[in-house]
Amino acid sequence: MADMVLETRDLTVQFGGHVAVDGISTGFRAGELTAIVGPNGAGKTTYFNLISGQIAATRGRVLLEGRNISRKPASTRTRMGLGRGFQLTNLFPDLTVYENVRLVVQAHQRKGGRLLRLADSDDHMRDMTHQALDQVQMRVQADKPVSELPHGDQRKLEVAMLIAMDPKVYMFDEPTAGMSPDDAPVVLDLIGRLSQDRSKCILLVEHKMDVISALADRIIVLHNGALVADGAPRDVMASAIVQEAYMGRAQANV
Amino acid sequence: MMVKLLSGDKPGSVLLSLILLGIFLSLAFAPFLFEGTRALDTAARICVFIVLVASYDLLLGYTGVVSFAHTIFFGFGAYGVALASIHMGRSFEALAMGAGAGALGAALLAAVIGLFSLRVRAIFFAMITLAVASAVAVLVSQLSVLTGGEDGLTYRIPRELTAAVTYGQAPEWRIALPEAVAPGTEEGPAMLTLGGDRISGKIANYYLVFAGSLILVLLMLRIVNSPFGRVLQAIRENDFRAEAIGYRVVSYRIGVTVLSAVFAALAGSLFAIWLRYVGPDTVLSFEIMIDILLMVVIGGMGTIYGAVIGAVVLMLAQNYLKDLMAGAATGLADVPYAADLLNPDRWLLWLGVLFVLSVYFFPTGVVGRLRGKRG
Repeated sequence: MADMVLETRDLTVQFGGHVAVDGISTGFRAGELTAIVGPNGAGKTTYFNLISGQIAATRGRVLLEGRNISRKPASTRTRMGLGRGFQLTNLFPDLTVYENVRLVVQAHQRKGGRLLRLADSDDHMRDMTHQALDQVQMRVQADKPVSELPHGDQRKLEVAMLIAMDPKVYMFDEPTAGMSPDDAPVVLDLIGRLSQDRSKCILLVEHKMDVISALADRIIVLHNGALVADGAPRDVMASAIVQEAYMGRAQANV
Repeated sequence: MMVKLLSGDKPGSVLLSLILLGIFLSLAFAPFLFEGTRALDTAARICVFIVLVASYDLLLGYTGVVSFAHTIFFGFGAYGVALASIHMGRSFEALAMGAGAGALGAALLAAVIGLFSLRVRAIFFAMITLAVASAVAVLVSQLSVLTGGEDGLTYRIPRELTAAVTYGQAPEWRIALPEAVAPGTEEGPAMLTLGGDRISGKIANYYLVFAGSLILVLLMLRIVNSPFGRVLQAIRENDFRAEAIGYRVVSYRIGVTVLSAVFAALAGSLFAIWLRYVGPDTVLSFEIMIDILLMVVIGGMGTIYGAVIGAVVLMLAQNYLKDLMAGAATGLADVPYAADLLNPDRWLLWLGVLFVLSVYFFPTGVVGRLRGKRG
């Protein structure tokens, strides 16, 4: 699997007696957008947490560009090119919108150790920050504290922070959850544009079937922590196991 | 130029700017504005405590790390100067060596405490610092051979910094007061006399403390506005996410612990140069730790300016509340109960009341309030 940007091998985590992620082995290519689907509690977010290092695996490995990163802390994985977005809003509430994004750019450029320069004096950093904010049309709100933003804008900011990381692997965890119908297309268009870039590998946890069919090149299905189906969207949606494990629920929700 | 010195971190309110400017000018001209050695001593203590409290604010206010060991690092700097002055003889080299060694020792100890405890959880760090603080206090009082035990150490500093040397006479200003303010006498209108004092080595010593403190505070202001300082704020806001966007939180926490220890040690060195005495009660006691906490909270956490306000308010209250109350008690001698309540012996009670009121009305501290931030 030499052309895989990201791979997990037998990735497993156990909380007490409960196996939350159960031996998932698969890989993700550059230029491919993979949707990860499954009912609530299937282990999608836990799988993300294992990949990006928020929790440690009980067993198995995570490989980024062939290098084993299973023992590396989350911060190192991020600097190596894993861009993790979060499902629940998880920002720096008392800092401004601009500062939230600028901190990401600063981490990416590894300039956090500088003691005697001024944080805002770096033109390159400022440009990168503005570019990321422009991508989600939030530059006008740059100076607002994040705690004063409506929920939808906080979700858009989350996406802007991911863009600012310029990662090799994007990991979106329900990026449009709770967004208004006006805001969601901004984010979905952005993800669509990212997926055109053949060097980027994108993972997307998403519930909305229309979004998945519009964006995904591939679907993997998780059920009770295990990978139960993997393939092109059309094939996966038609398969019996998915009908049973997931689609029944999803259709009922629509 | 001004803004550049302040690292672009403007006070953010006209009133606050005026108060800070007033404090700066008062401290800068303290030897000539206020009468007596006690006033000068208070001014020097204020300078030292501004640095000490600001260095604690780096930890608590900017990073959200609670430490009870800050006085240890303060003590390292103070004992460093004391021991160097005793063993190397009175000289400026001894002062510099002592301050350097104290800062280095403080940095090493802070790094060790941080490495052992910050990896686990921030709350564990608080407990460890409490234990280390008690241990060091006991150690210092028992190791009499080295530290002088409870009696502390007295030592001599260079003559140039003592009252024995005279550098000259300050110019004197005499200002005639208007009749309405103070009635004149037969010889003429009442006069306000400023300056005219002998400029002694003591005043030179004061300016060493003042300049040292000013430089350290400006340096800290620079650090909190640096890329590093912003990471600290991010960690305070959301350490989970700070790690997720690529900052090794543990390293930054250890880094700021070391930095803050170095600044505290340097404050301790200035204090030792000023006092010519160190002892467990003056630099290591738990009361000082509590004072630091009170000053940070009263002034406002996460703003270096809060340290300035907090140190000035509490230091003035501790030194002059008693006098003020004595005056008020005499003035109100005829009013039942009032005189009793204002008995100078009850000054701690009133200090407590002032503290409760200030926390109640300014939950974000004086600076937070003046900047108009909600609590």
